[in-house]
Amino acid sequence: MLLGLTASRRVLSHGHCMLHRRNIKSETTARSAAVDSVLLKFRSICGEDGVSLSDAVREQHGKDESVHRCRPPDVVVFPRSVEEVSALAKVCHSHKLPIIPFGTGTGLEGGVGAVKGGVCFSLRNMDQVLDLHQEDFDVTVEPGVTRKALNAYLRGTGLWFPVDPGADASLCGMAATSASGTNAVRYGTMRENVLNLEVVLPDGTIIHTAGKGRRPRKTSAGYNLTNLFVGSEGTLGIITKTTLRLYGIPEAMVSAVCSFPSIQSAVDSTVQVLQAGVPIARIEFLDDVMIDACNRFSSLSYPVTPTLFLEFHGSERSLEEQVNTTEEITQSNGGADFQWATDAETRNRLWKARHDAWYAAMALRPGCKAYATDVCVPLSRLPQIIVETKEDLIENKLTGPIAGHVGDGNFHCLMVVDPNDPEEQHRVHLFTERLARRALAMDGTCTGEHGVGLGKRTLLCEEMGPMAMRVMQGLKDALDPKNLMNPGKILQPIEL
Amino acid sequence: MSGRVLVGVKRVIDYAVKIRVKPDNSSVVTDGVKHSMNPFCEIAVEEAVKLKEKKLIKEVVAVSCGPQQAQETIRTALAMGADRGIHVEVSGKDYETLGPLQVSKIMAALAKKEEAQLVILGKQAIDDDCNQTGQMTAALLDWPQGTFASEVAFDGDKIKVVREIDGGLETIMISSPAVITADLRLNTPRYATLPNIMKAKKKKIANVKPADLGVDLTSRLEVLRVDEPPQREAGVKVETVDDLVSKLKDAGRL
Repeated sequence: MLLGLTASRRVLSHGHCMLHRRNIKSETTARSAAVDSVLLKFRSICGEDGVSLSDAVREQHGKDESVHRCRPPDVVVFPRSVEEVSALAKVCHSHKLPIIPFGTGTGLEGGVGAVKGGVCFSLRNMDQVLDLHQEDFDVTVEPGVTRKALNAYLRGTGLWFPVDPGADASLCGMAATSASGTNAVRYGTMRENVLNLEVVLPDGTIIHTAGKGRRPRKTSAGYNLTNLFVGSEGTLGIITKTTLRLYGIPEAMVSAVCSFPSIQSAVDSTVQVLQAGVPIARIEFLDDVMIDACNRFSSLSYPVTPTLFLEFHGSERSLEEQVNTTEEITQSNGGADFQWATDAETRNRLWKARHDAWYAAMALRPGCKAYATDVCVPLSRLPQIIVETKEDLIENKLTGPIAGHVGDGNFHCLMVVDPNDPEEQHRVHLFTERLARRALAMDGTCTGEHGVGLGKRTLLCEEMGPMAMRVMQGLKDALDPKNLMNPGKILQPIEL
Repeated sequence: MSGRVLVGVKRVIDYAVKIRVKPDNSSVVTDGVKHSMNPFCEIAVEEAVKLKEKKLIKEVVAVSCGPQQAQETIRTALAMGADRGIHVEVSGKDYETLGPLQVSKIMAALAKKEEAQLVILGKQAIDDDCNQTGQMTAALLDWPQGTFASEVAFDGDKIKVVREIDGGLETIMISSPAVITADLRLNTPRYATLPNIMKAKKKKIANVKPADLGVDLTSRLEVLRVDEPPQREAGVKVETVDDLVSKLKDAGRL
């Protein structure tokens, strides 16, 4: 089956240390003719420049921004159109080569690691914004378009795409991982904002999950294929186009900060603000450890206690009302130092702490790496899970400042770990498993935003239960019977 | 003082577009290519609108020279907060050869006609990178100029301009009326919101011909040829310092 390519992978990994200059000719002698024919076919589809065997390019495409180690593919291809993607997939299908789609490599769960080698489909050359329909509030983009690039493209139209996971990620990649962000509480996640997808299945078939070119705001036509692929993390097909729901850029924005005597009072305020019907855009929680880190990193002087960072969108008049209602609620819960700002400069200064949280956390222990946990529970359970998690951190002497999208019941512990201390890494690993199970026990999920990837497959089984997992495996078997699409992710490998 | 500010806005190929040279090397491909307001002009409009919001000036007038599509650029300025627009119609061959000299003559004529207190322009356009229009306009009007502005403040009847120069920052005081050109760090332009885009449709854009302003559009420049920059070549890896030195010598660099 994979004889030729497996041999080449062994040669490449052994040769990695020895060879300084990559010469296609010297590699050729080590490979069999079967592999050569695959590469020849790849080159005939996407051109000489569209196929790379170089170490650097393969390494770049074997890792993302998670702590999972690099698992480079055997070859990286750069298709320029959906037709090329389909043709490449057909070749991979007939030669049983794993296919790993790659957007921007900004994932956080090791989703792009080529655990069985294979072919990485880097989609960055398909970078067009297609079909913008301003009056219909929709746009279709290719995988090379990132969310910042799209919003820059849209800047003259008064429209934007608000899902903001932090990184400047590929929008199709965001669809593949069902990404979310700080303003999901108002605008939703990718699940709510993808209207249609163009997907290439592992055998090369091209489908449109809602029908070609269709973009009604709602539909009840047939099985919801669009949301089957949203969050499938490249295990069911290669997303080559996504049609997105756009929103009007807010007329005005107000940012606010408020400190609280306890986690409970901060979360209570959050629940009450939502119950009061305030259409709050962002409501972010930072615990005392995080605030302390931010104070030190950005030379600020926020009180070192649980803090909420809030952002409101709307017309000038509605903003006044939103802010007043919120201020009353926070005060009634013991909140203090309620500051708010309307102009861009002051707003940015107020939110600087939240924006720099990742770096502030890492600065707590220079030389260490950071890993973000990601669980989500019903709002009412949030105070309990955060309190128990903090106790766990202290008991196990771990550095894990907390930042959370409390409006969704989702929070992250930014675990700061010494990469040279395997004992600490082990403790962190056990901690994250306890945290995920704590969330599951509270009717929550082991991953609110980041996806399952490599590290949460067992937890997914616990979360879903065997029957639902069986259905998932059934869907996988139906769409990808040869298990070529991003093997080793989401689903546990089947023991044969 | 009239309290009126003139802002020049130029329609250029969008900064994110990959530029292609026409096969006959006469110019770049513009057909079917996304165009938008020159980024430095966006900063200029933002500054003018900010001044109006601070009630330091009364009216912002957006000016663009070009064919019919220039009106879209003026509409964007109106959506950002400009009060009205002036479209100076230039098309065909005249538009192809339109450059800073002609535009500055137009801006100077309009500044006089509109009794402007201030003319704010972007420091340069991202297509030709000339960085001349502001300076020429000031010279034609015999007005002071505050170019490469990263900060503008009114100080009594004078204007304080902090300029970005090679050595750092230079602060000057100039009297009004004056010409200012906006540099990158002057401000962060706002995005036009939908309600403002709707409101902008009702704002007025006047049509003017260069002849009405007594401006001669004849260009003194002729573009001979446009070429793409040379393709970047692959690098070469070397094992030792001696290798590096000998390769640099071979390439005539040492």
